[in-house]
Parts: sequence; C-alpha cells; structure tokens
Amino acid sequence: MSFKHAIFEKNPLILLVGILIMVAIGGLVEIAPLFYLESTIEKVKGMRPYTPLELAGRNIYIREGCYNCHSQMIRSTRDEVERYGHYSLAAESMYDHPFQWGSKRTGPDLARVGNKYSDEWHREHMTTPRTIVPESVMPGYPFLAENDLKFTHISAELKANFMVGVPYSEDQIKYAETDLKAQLDEDSDDFDAFEERYPTAQVRDFDGNPDKISELDALIAYMQMLGTLVDFSLYNEKENNR
Amino acid sequence: MTNLSSPPTVSGLAKGLTSFCLGIGILLALFIVAKTTSSPMAFHGYILIIAFTLGIVAILNMGFGNDGKIKAEASPAGIFYNDGVVKAGVIAAAFWGVVGFLVGDIIAWQLAFPALNFDLPWTNFGRMRPLHTSAVIFAFGGNVLITTSFYVVQRTGKTRLFGEIAPWFVFWGYQLFIVLAATGYLLGITQSKEYAEPEWYVDIWLTIVWVTYLLVFLGTLWKRREPHIYVANWFYLAFIVTVAMLHLVNNMAVPISFVEPKSYTLFSGVQDALTQWWYGHNAVGFFLTAGFLGIMYYFVPKRADRPVYSYRLSIVHFWSLIFLYIWAGPHHLHYTALPDWTQTLGMTFSIILWMPSWGGMVNGLMTLSGAWDKLRTDPVLKMLVVSLAFYGMSTFEGPLMAIKAVNSLSHYTDWTVGHVHSGALGWVAYVSFGALYCLFPWLWKREGLYSLKLVNMHFWISTIGIVLYICAMWVSGIMQGLMWRAYDSLGFLEYSFVETVEAMHPYYIIRATGGLLFVIGSLIMVYNLWKTVRGKGDAIPLTQAVPAE
Repeated sequence: MSFKHAIFEKNPLILLVGILIMVAIGGLVEIAPLFYLESTIEKVKGMRPYTPLELAGRNIYIREGCYNCHSQMIRSTRDEVERYGHYSLAAESMYDHPFQWGSKRTGPDLARVGNKYSDEWHREHMTTPRTIVPESVMPGYPFLAENDLKFTHISAELKANFMVGVPYSEDQIKYAETDLKAQLDEDSDDFDAFEERYPTAQVRDFDGNPDKISELDALIAYMQMLGTLVDFSLYNEKENNR
Repeated sequence: MTNLSSPPTVSGLAKGLTSFCLGIGILLALFIVAKTTSSPMAFHGYILIIAFTLGIVAILNMGFGNDGKIKAEASPAGIFYNDGVVKAGVIAAAFWGVVGFLVGDIIAWQLAFPALNFDLPWTNFGRMRPLHTSAVIFAFGGNVLITTSFYVVQRTGKTRLFGEIAPWFVFWGYQLFIVLAATGYLLGITQSKEYAEPEWYVDIWLTIVWVTYLLVFLGTLWKRREPHIYVANWFYLAFIVTVAMLHLVNNMAVPISFVEPKSYTLFSGVQDALTQWWYGHNAVGFFLTAGFLGIMYYFVPKRADRPVYSYRLSIVHFWSLIFLYIWAGPHHLHYTALPDWTQTLGMTFSIILWMPSWGGMVNGLMTLSGAWDKLRTDPVLKMLVVSLAFYGMSTFEGPLMAIKAVNSLSHYTDWTVGHVHSGALGWVAYVSFGALYCLFPWLWKREGLYSLKLVNMHFWISTIGIVLYICAMWVSGIMQGLMWRAYDSLGFLEYSFVETVEAMHPYYIIRATGGLLFVIGSLIMVYNLWKTVRGKGDAIPLTQAVPAE
C-alpha cells in the first residue's frame, strides 16, 4: 500500500483539511438539495405570512419555550392523522423563521390547534391549566394576561422577516403597528385597511379584556390560526407526492 | 522550538492588542446599554462591561514587574506546561456539572409535580429546560472538553500550550458565554433551536472564543515535540472544527436591530428543520462523542497503563465515524414534512454508524487486555470502563431508534429522553468523572485521591440513579407511544392525550429519584476532589513531582 496515514499524523493542517472534507459531504448532499428541488415544498392554496399580532404571539410562544413540550408537526401515521388532523405539510411552515416542529410531546401536538377551542378556554387554560384539565402537568402562565404586549419594534420584526424571505409588502411593514391594534378591534378606523392586507385573519379581542393589549392577546391570536390556513379541499396529494 | 530551560513570557504587544480589543468590546457594550429597549439585553451589556474590564486588568497584570515572565513550574522533563488554565478548567467543570445536574433534577420534579413551576416566568419548565441542557452539554461537557484537550495536547506533544493570553481568553470567554446564555434563557431570550438557543450576539461571542480555541489547539499541535500527532488529538481537532462549522451554519440569522436581542433565522420551515437537526445530531456526534472519545483515548490507556489496543482500528473508526455521523440528522424527522428521500438516507447512515461507534468502544475496552484485574482495585478505571459500556449500549440503541418503523413509536416520547440520558449520564458524564478523578491528583501533585472508597460510593449511587432513570423512561416512553396508537374494538383511538399524561406520573417520580441519586453522587465527587486539593487522606503531596505524561 503506497498510501501512508502518517501524512495526517505529521501535519496538523493536512489533518484539518481532511476532517473538513469528510464532515462537509453529508450536509451538502442532504441539505443543499432542499433549497433547489421544487418538490420539497408542496403547492398549496391559502398560505400567508403571519399578521403582526400573530407574529408577536409566536414570539411569546418561543420566549416561553413552548416547543420544549409541544410539537407542531403531525406525522403521516394513521393514529396521528385521526388524533390531530391532516398530516403537516412543508408548505405550512414555509414562513416560519425558525421552524417550531418540536421534538417531544409532553403535551399534545399544536399544529392544528387553531379554532379547536374557544378563546375563553385558552384564557383559562393559560392562566390555570389544571382548572380545565386536572391531570395536566403544564405550568401556569398567569403573567401573560397581566403583561402589556411590547410592540414598539413590530415594523422592524416584519422587516427582518422580509429580509429572510417572507413576502411582506411595503404597506404591511409600514403599517404593522396599526395592523396589530386593528386585529383586536373590529370597530377601529384602521380595520378596513387591515382586512385588505390580511383578508383571512381572525379579528376580535382575544384575551377578553378590551382595555388592554396583553401578551395573552397575541398568544391566543397565534394559537387560533395554527394549521387553519391551507385549504385541504383543494390540495392534490398525488401531485405533491415526494 | 522553545527553549526548555527558560520560563514562558508574554510580550507587551500581545497584552496591548488584546486589551485594546477588549476596550472596543466595552464601547460596544456601552452602546448596547445606552440604546436598547430590552432590559435583559441591557443586563447582558452590563455583564459584558464588567467582564471585559476585569479581563483588561488581568491581562495587564500578566508578568507585571517580572520582565513579562509568567510564573510557571518546569516538569521533571524540563517542560513548562501551562497547567494553570487546566486547573481552572477542572474546577469550572466540576462546578457546572453539579449546577447542570441539579437544574435537570428540578425540572424532572416539575414534570411529576407541576406546582413546582411556581407559575413565574423564570421558573417555568419551558425556560428551565434549555438552562439544563446547555448547562450539562456546554457548561459541564464543554469545560471538560476544553480542559482535557489543553492537558492532553500538551502532554502528547511535549510542549507548552500555544499563546499565553489566548488559552486564558478561551477559558474565561467560554465562562462568559455560559453566563450570557443561561441568564438569557431565564429572562426569555432564546431563538428556540434546541441546543442552539442563544441569540445572535451570544453566538458571535462564542464564535470569537471558539476560533481562538481552534488556533490555540492547532498552534500547540504545530509546535509539538513528538513526530506523530496522538490519536486523542485527531478526535479533539475533529470536534473543534466540526462544531465551528455546525455553529456557524445553524445560527445564521438576521437581528431586528443591533441593540435588540431578537433575530429571525435565515432558513425557514423544512430547510430550517433539517439544518437544525444536522446541527443537533452532530452536537451529539462531535461535541458529546468525538470530543469525549479524545478523552477516552488518553485517559483509559493512561489509567490502565496499557497501550491502545489497535492502531489500525483507531484510524478506521476515526475517519468512518466523522464521515458517517454528519448524515444521521434526518432520523430526527421521520414521517414529518421532510422529503422521504432525505429520511431514508438519514436512516441508512444512522444504521451504518453503529459500526464505527462500536469500533471506538472495542478499541477502548480491549485496551484493558491484561489489566482487567485493575477493575477490582481502581474505581476510577471502573468508571471509565463502564462509560464505554454505556457508550456501546446507547450507540446500539440509537441506530435502532433511527429505523423508521421503530421511530414511529419512539419519536416524541420519553424513550428519546431516556436514550439521550443513557448516553449523557452513562457515557459522557462517566468518562468526564474518570478524567476529573485522574486530573485532580496529577495537577495538584498528589499521590492519589483523598478517598477511593468515596469514588466507589459515587460510582454505585450514580449507577443506580442512571438505571432507575433509563428504565423508567423506557417503560414510560414505550407505553406512551403504544397508548397514542392504541385502537379499541370499534376502531376508535382508545386513549385521549391527557390519559397518557396521567399514566406517566409514577415513572416521572422514579426518573426524578434516579436523577437525585446522580446529583448526590456528583456532590460526593466534588467533596472528594476538594479534599484532594487540600492534600487530605490518601492525597499526600508528592515530594518529588512525577510527570503524568
């Protein structure tokens, strides 16, 4: 054998380059194609970027570490589809920076929790989970209803999303703050403009306290839209087979 | 080549340049404190200002009034090893280990008794769990890895660490990273990518520290006085450079402002998911495996006083391990919206990965050929050997769970948590404990540990703890997976979700009890190590320094 391993053992830089080549291959072969294979993300109708209020709610979901116990990814097995609904599509998280698929179900999957329970149910459950579900081991989050939602940077948040590829329009970024408030109040002056920008969004005061824009408002707005966007009556399973 | 007989020096230029850079850091931190609207970020700004100021003071003090000469003691072979930073590292590792295990046990009790969440933001499970995982992986594991690599690369290269300021910068910079990450989680700063939760500014800081670490390690290899680079160092180098690659790619993000903590990841959805698990699985593969195999390749032969079993096997399993591990990430995403071809590829490579993993285990265990009798008298060696047994077990279980059919049952359940802990407690922590038990007497020049009896006690208490933990998680995880997919005779799902939560309760108590035993074991270790430093019991100070090389 003419090849001698000693070359790696005597030259730290050659060893370094050898390691780099070996560890680069797997990632390149598996991850890179996901960016150019068109079949990776299914063709669906109904997906839209988050409204400012939903995005703020999503950030609270992330801040409190909900992903540690709740997945947002229904796998394509019979029992999961029967328990949670249609299996999750890649298209449904295409605007998710970062993704929230999760890895552990200490609590149930939330990919399609939207519209499953009333706002009141969520309010109660977030504040004192065991009054609704006695066996639950979820922590209570009473402070969410008390905390004012901080949204001074909401335009910058949408802008950053735009920079990483979420198709927000100029107006959506510009009027993010008024849109955030308008989603909580059907009677506000900005409501019509909001509805034009986000036609399918749910509008109401989510935390049941119209005097206050709370963190709970945002979180419930986010939870109530989870998994509700894609119109599955128009979804072609065969065409999107990967 | 450095002069063996003269003590190391630090140049005024190096001191000036580093202080200047830290000064710029202070200015940036002041800017953040002045401009930010986020109080946690302002808090981090103050921490940075204090840390950088202390750093400048410490650097200006190095070799002060001594012509730049650093206080150092020559080994009997005449080499001025940099053992100061290694001593600091083993202390930090023991400290963070106890913290990490303790937080882990607290959140284990929270799952059994949810009232322990206290319904406060900074004490709830969602914020504490990343604190636990980061504390054990990065604070405990990371300090063990950095410290042992600094020790091993010096001894196997017969030379002092490269740089005088740089190794200390790596040590303290890494502690700063830990403090920023940990306090950030509790205050609600996270980007929610598992094991990569710190936000963009903490990621940038870690990048600076990590690149310095790579340079120190490479520089030391470069000036080694041995013709060959010892096998442990191949694993350390693979760990350092691959973690750098993973960290950079997985943390690419756009911050909403340079004075706000929040950022949005560059990738989304399915691409972000695979990038994350490419990172996540190789945090296991390179942080928790390759690096710790480096520890194994130095400390097991050393402690058993036997050469490594097979040189050829180390070459084959080194290259195959690092090549194959990178492919295994998709097994975290079976039956999800990740395309099928990627899942299949990930499963295939995960199964093949079984072989190089066991190559390492075999090489380690067979090193004891002719020295098995030492297990009767040396509980430290026993810990090292049992760590290899756990390594073998969890690297068999891993490929098994990566099979799609098995994964459809195990995924999302506590079986995964149990699997992780058989590797983390049984392999990573035990090989670390073994290394710490070796290093304390060597570094403080003691004839031995304060008490081998206490090591034995630590071994048995924590082994019982691990067994309780993983058995509870096997039973509860498989039970939960079966309950989720159980159908009654009419073809309906048999159990509601919350019934499966209720069924977990007794197992959560057993698990938390096992964890408590593990914490107690680690406290016994700390006591033993402390007494060793103090020179009590059997830890008689050596009159003549015997080199541990």
